[in-house]
Amino acid sequence: MLEIEDLTCTYGSVVAASQVCLSVKAGEILALVGSNGAGKTSTIMATMGHVRITGGSIMLDGVDVTRLGPRHRARLGMAVVPEGRRLFADMTVDENLTVGGYTRTKPAARQARERAYALFPRLAERRRQIAGSMSGGEQQMLAIGRALMVSPKVLLIDELSLGLMPKIIDLCMETIVRLKREGIAIVLVEQNTDRALEVADAVVVLASGRVVKAGTPEMIRADDTFFQTYIGLDGGQAVRNQVEANVEQRSS
Amino acid sequence: MNGYLVSLVPLIGVNAILALGLNIIAGFCGQISLGQAAFYGIGAYAAALMALAGLPFWLTLPLGALTAGVFGLVVGLVSLRVREDFLAITTMAVGFLFLGLVRKSALFGGEVGLTGIPPSGLGPQGYALLVVGLVAATVALSIYMKASWLGFAFASIAEDEGAARALAVPVPHYKLAAFFIGSALSGLAGAIYCYYARFITPDTFSFLVSVSILAMVVIGGIGSTWGVLLGAVALTLLPEIFRFAGEYRQFLFGLALLMVMRFSPAGLFGMLSRLVPARLGNLRKARA
Repeated sequence: MLEIEDLTCTYGSVVAASQVCLSVKAGEILALVGSNGAGKTSTIMATMGHVRITGGSIMLDGVDVTRLGPRHRARLGMAVVPEGRRLFADMTVDENLTVGGYTRTKPAARQARERAYALFPRLAERRRQIAGSMSGGEQQMLAIGRALMVSPKVLLIDELSLGLMPKIIDLCMETIVRLKREGIAIVLVEQNTDRALEVADAVVVLASGRVVKAGTPEMIRADDTFFQTYIGLDGGQAVRNQVEANVEQRSS
Repeated sequence: MNGYLVSLVPLIGVNAILALGLNIIAGFCGQISLGQAAFYGIGAYAAALMALAGLPFWLTLPLGALTAGVFGLVVGLVSLRVREDFLAITTMAVGFLFLGLVRKSALFGGEVGLTGIPPSGLGPQGYALLVVGLVAATVALSIYMKASWLGFAFASIAEDEGAARALAVPVPHYKLAAFFIGSALSGLAGAIYCYYARFITPDTFSFLVSVSILAMVVIGGIGSTWGVLLGAVALTLLPEIFRFAGEYRQFLFGLALLMVMRFSPAGLFGMLSRLVPARLGNLRKARA
C-alpha cells in the first residue's frame, strides 16, 4: 500500500530524515518509534508532502506520489492526524469534519461524515459544539474523524496519545485497530512505545533521522540493550522499574 | 429625502463596501492588511482615467474594481511569503508606494489629483439608490461566501494555516482569492467615490484611511458581515452626530470608540448579540 524508499529530507543544513525505508500494507499498523528529534514527524510530514524531500521515493498503492503535492496525495487516499491534533478550535465539530473533506464531492463528504459519527458516537452528540471547548480525548477523536473524511487508504497518525488519559488512549488505540481491520494501512508515530508496540504489526525505530532497526514488536521487545539505547522513554522506564525493584527488595 | 441625507448615502456606501472588502481579507481569511486605501485609490484613479478617456459609467465601475483586484492579487502573492506583523508592514508599504507614485506622476495629476470627472448621469437620488443596491449586493456576496466552501477554507486558514495545509486545503489559492475579492471591492468603492466627488486627490487615499477602514471592521466585529456593516455606518455617521459638540467632536468620537473596545472587544456585533438574547430573556420572564 505505502512504500517509502530512501526518503531524505533536510531543513537547511540539518538532516531530519536520511534514507528512511518503510512499507506498510493494507490492514496493517506500522509503529514509527524513536526518541525526541529522531525524525519521526519529519518522515510523516514528508510522506504527506508537507516537507520537501531531497531524495528517495514514495509509492502509494502502486502510484509514484513523490512529486505530487499534499492535495493530490489526499485525493489518492493519504491522510494525516497531525501532532497536537491542530483542530480548528473556533469551528464546530461538524465544520471541522467539513474542512477535512475538502477534496471530496458533497455526497461523498456527507457519507464520510456519517461514517465518522458512527465510529465516534460522542462526536455525533456534540456535532454543534465548538471544538475548542471539548475534552482532549474528544478532540483526538475529532482529529481522527477529520482525517477519515478523505476515506484514506493510508492514515498517518502523529503522536496519538500525547496529553491523553490512559483510558482515552485505550479508546483511541481500539479505534485504530478497528480502522486497521477495515483495511486501512496505518503509520503510527508514538513516543509511548509500549502502547504502540501493543497494536503494531511492524515497527521501525528511528534515531538521528536514520532507521536503526525494523522488525516485529516481539523482535524489538526482545532486545533490552537496544531499547535502552534508542528509545529514551522506555529505557528510562526500564531503569525506573529496576530502581523500584531494588527499593522494594531492600525494604523487605 | 433631503439633499444632505442623499449626499451622505454614497459616503456610507463607500465606507461599507471598503470595510466589507477588508473583512473578507482580514476577518474571513485572517490576513492583516494596512494598505486597503491603496486599492481604494487604484479603483478611483482607474475609474477616473477611464471616465476622462470617455468610457461609459457602467463600464468604468467594474473595470475600476477589476484593476484594483489585479493589484490585490499581486500583493496577495506577498502574503504567501510573509505573515502577521510582517504582512501588516508590507501592505502598509504598498499604501505608501501607491501614494508616492500618484503624487509624483503627471498621469495621475500629481498633488492636485484628477478633476473634471463626468457625472454618472443618474442624478443624486439615482446614484444613492445605485450605491444602496451595490452595498446590498456586497452584503449578499459576503454572507453567501461565508456559508460556502470558500468561507470554510478561509476560516480554516484564518484559524490555523498549518492545519489547513495538513488537510490538503490549497492555502495559497485561497489567500490570493481573498486578496483579489477584497481588493476588487475596495476598487469598486473607489470608483463609486470618484463619481460621487467628481475629483480625486492623493490625500483621499492616505494611510489614515486604511486605519479608519480597519477601525470599522474591528469596531463592527471582525469576521461578521452585519457587524462590519454596522461599524462602517456608525463610524461614518458618528462624526456627523457629534457635530453639535463643535471643537470637541473628535474627542467625543475617540471616546466612543474607546468605550466600544473597552466594554465589547468583540465589537458592536458582539455587544448586540449579548444584549438581544438578554432582552429577549427579560421579556420572556416578564411574560411568565
